[in-house]
Amino acid sequence: MAIALCRVDDRLIHGQVVIGWGGPLRAKLIVLVDDAVSGNDWERDIYSLAVPKGIDVEIVSEAEAEQRCPEWSRDARPVIILTADLETMTRLVRGTGGLITRVNLGGIHHAPGRTERLRYVYLTQDDVDRLRALEAAGVAVTAQDLPTSTPVPVSELLG
Amino acid sequence: MTQELHGVIVAHAGLAEALVHAVEEISGVRGALTAVTNTGCDRTRLEERVLEAIDDRPGVVFVDLRSGSCFVAAMRLRAGVPDVRVVSGVNLAMLLDFVFHRDETPAEAATRAGEVGVQAIAGG
Repeated sequence: MAIALCRVDDRLIHGQVVIGWGGPLRAKLIVLVDDAVSGNDWERDIYSLAVPKGIDVEIVSEAEAEQRCPEWSRDARPVIILTADLETMTRLVRGTGGLITRVNLGGIHHAPGRTERLRYVYLTQDDVDRLRALEAAGVAVTAQDLPTSTPVPVSELLG
Repeated sequence: MTQELHGVIVAHAGLAEALVHAVEEISGVRGALTAVTNTGCDRTRLEERVLEAIDDRPGVVFVDLRSGSCFVAAMRLRAGVPDVRVVSGVNLAMLLDFVFHRDETPAEAATRAGEVGVQAIAGG
């Protein structure tokens, strides 16, 4: 089974991911790709607690994610892959040799240097450059916080 | 006399504010609970909101979903604020009980809230 969802969301594992997307996709595995969380046992425990019974969770470094992405793409279970930011997701797309063909922007919230593109998407100029590069590489990027929302193509975000 | 416990409700959209309003309407106890919404927050901003609501007071942080950003934010903060405990699955019954039992320790109050909250669930 192909990876069900590759999502950029700075809240990581939270309600919209577990319930909003996890339910309709019948997700059985959530992979959180985050060097900081994966390297800290206490943080790993907290994020693991946030995943309900019936869904497995793996919290891995970027390096491990690059190695194991082929395994997840063949997994019989619907898999959700999460990163906190576009920088990490862009590296993951490049490092996994075409296994990730679609990217969902689910939550990139306000911070200094970011400009609002949608209520839940604020981008830096570096993010804009990353999105253009992903688009040029043929990756389908859309912003969509929930399955019931209308997906917004990246071309509309970038104007 | 030790300081009375304070309750912080951290929840999605307008739920926390609605729960505070409902508790005040039913109990008449005001000022015992503070509402925090996660709307528009990344992790950092939500933790700032929760920390501001705790305001160095001993108490209990009530969160709506265990599978959510509110729970993660509360649990991450707990390590730095020893006089605070976290309870997920907040409901009106546990809050109504909490506001009348704020002379307990945070650990006792959290245990009690969990028990009262579960006892309030019934069906037919």
